[in-house]
Amino acid sequence: MTGPAIVAVDVTRTYQLDGVSVEALRGVSLTVAADDYLAIVGTSGSGKSTLMHLLGALDRPTSGTLLIGGRDVSTLSPAEMARLRNETIGFVFQSFHLLARTTARDNVALPLVYRGVGRRERRARAAEMLTRVGLGHRLDHRPNQMSGGEQQRVAIARALVTGPSVLLADEPTGNLDSATGDSVLALLESLNADGVAVVLVTHDRDVAARAHRQIVMRDGLIVDTSAVAATPSAEAEATSPAEGAE
Amino acid sequence: MRLAEAWRVAVDALRANRLRSVLTMLGVIIGVGAVVALVSIGTGTKHLIEQQVEGLGSNLLIVVPGRLDPGAAPTSSPLTMDDVDAVTRVVGDRSRVAVTISSGETIRAGSRSAFASMQGVLETTPSVFVRHLDRGTYLTRTDVTTGRRVAVLGAGIARQLFGDRDPIGRQITIGGVRFRVIGTFEQLGQSLGVDRDSEVHIPVTAAQRLLGTDRIDGLAIRAPDRDTIDQLGASVVATLVKRHPDTDFSAVTQEQILGVLGDILGVLTGVLAAIAGISLLVGGVGVSNIMLVSVRERTKEIGLRKAVGARPRDIGIQFLLEAVLLTTIGGVLGMALGISAAVLVDRLTPVPAAITWWSLALAFGVSAAVGIIFGVIPAQRAGRLDPVVALRTE
Repeated sequence: MTGPAIVAVDVTRTYQLDGVSVEALRGVSLTVAADDYLAIVGTSGSGKSTLMHLLGALDRPTSGTLLIGGRDVSTLSPAEMARLRNETIGFVFQSFHLLARTTARDNVALPLVYRGVGRRERRARAAEMLTRVGLGHRLDHRPNQMSGGEQQRVAIARALVTGPSVLLADEPTGNLDSATGDSVLALLESLNADGVAVVLVTHDRDVAARAHRQIVMRDGLIVDTSAVAATPSAEAEATSPAEGAE
Repeated sequence: MRLAEAWRVAVDALRANRLRSVLTMLGVIIGVGAVVALVSIGTGTKHLIEQQVEGLGSNLLIVVPGRLDPGAAPTSSPLTMDDVDAVTRVVGDRSRVAVTISSGETIRAGSRSAFASMQGVLETTPSVFVRHLDRGTYLTRTDVTTGRRVAVLGAGIARQLFGDRDPIGRQITIGGVRFRVIGTFEQLGQSLGVDRDSEVHIPVTAAQRLLGTDRIDGLAIRAPDRDTIDQLGASVVATLVKRHPDTDFSAVTQEQILGVLGDILGVLTGVLAAIAGISLLVGGVGVSNIMLVSVRERTKEIGLRKAVGARPRDIGIQFLLEAVLLTTIGGVLGMALGISAAVLVDRLTPVPAAITWWSLALAFGVSAAVGIIFGVIPAQRAGRLDPVVALRTE
């Protein structure tokens, strides 16, 4: 694949909460390569969720440059950001976020609705994707008829159905027992092997240890970067220019 | 394709909260129902009045002293039988001219009595107005010229005074003077709010003697055809004004009466429909309210849809469609309610109702518009939700 999937340069994000400025990110630089398998680790309040929202084009940085799929997020309208999310990013959430009254197949097909894909093709592609995550026999089940592991697989299928270049997973195993969590991670790893960049956000060191590299966050800054395993994207660097500011 | 999806989602959302959806619709149902029912009743009443005015006779010209102006003071009539003769010369046909002098009188027959509208008339009345006899005969020209004390009774008066007995040939007294009944009218019912079955017709000459006057209240002319009616009216008025320079006279046609009544009824129907429209507005506020609740309840869903690529517009359309669906379903049910109410009123009460297509189309259009107007704010709010905040909502 050509070029990094996401490039963040000195990105900050400041919230206004009841008139008080809260600096959730204080200057983060990060490159997600096209075949990256990256874990962002940190305690709650470290800014890792804020970073994930930025990487997923759900939010815009207060300052700094953020390129997703080569496009500068700060120049995009809300509708263009929606399109960018639809085409480039797949989200997997801790609490799955499946539509309760909707079958697995229609849940997976949802992103295709907003891409303007016809109903028949949507259903076919959703079924194909569900089969790929091992749920070919659960197409017409609703979330409440499935186990947590199965629901998270549906969510992964939904994230993949548009063929995104980056999969953002926010505590994907947080609501699962360890065996189920393992199988979900194995699924993510096999997708990564197929060429999708995977970014895991987690506070679980064991989960993070399976990634090719880790980024540790604290107080809105990246405090540590390390290659955990032999990574094919060793040149992908993360730096923390504001390190030691405290 | 997206619209079809939005439609599916909207229907699904309404189904998920059936009771709430129905209760929300109720406001619209009642509003639309009230508009349709009231407009139907107004239209029906208008038709009825038109029929009644036309039922008086054709090409009628009513000539009364005074100006036809709601602000004008009532004028006492200076008209006498000499004026009637002058008008008859203008018209050229005695049988086309009718006169009245009327007075409310108590009529007695034996031990029974009834309050009646006594009308002193010419023998020409049945050839000017539409009046049919049930029994006996009407007044003759001789009766009028000699002032004979004979009377023709309305159906209601005849029943009150004589019950089932045949009144022909029997005596009645009007203001202490004896009259002989020579005929009775067919039942007519109410017309323009006047009970026309309580009329008693006697020769105008006899009425003038009874009331101690030589005046008449007004006269009516049946024009030979519709085209000359205005011209005839003008020349009659001119003749009368020449004879009574101090008094204004007006000649009114049925069309003019209908026009005035139609205007009044139109305004009345409009006011009633507007009041009903207020309830439709209240229904709209209810829709707005429940849509805001729906947006809040589904904040997480909105966040997810945005995360997977829904644009603000996609979300907005979805919620707008939901609101429009609520009000248009309510509108259709309201029409059914309004039509049923109108049919019931028409069947069970003397008030007539006529359902018109334009009122149905209007009601449907308005209910759809209410959905759009009152759905816009919740839809915009949903569309503008920050996905990060929306996803975090529990």
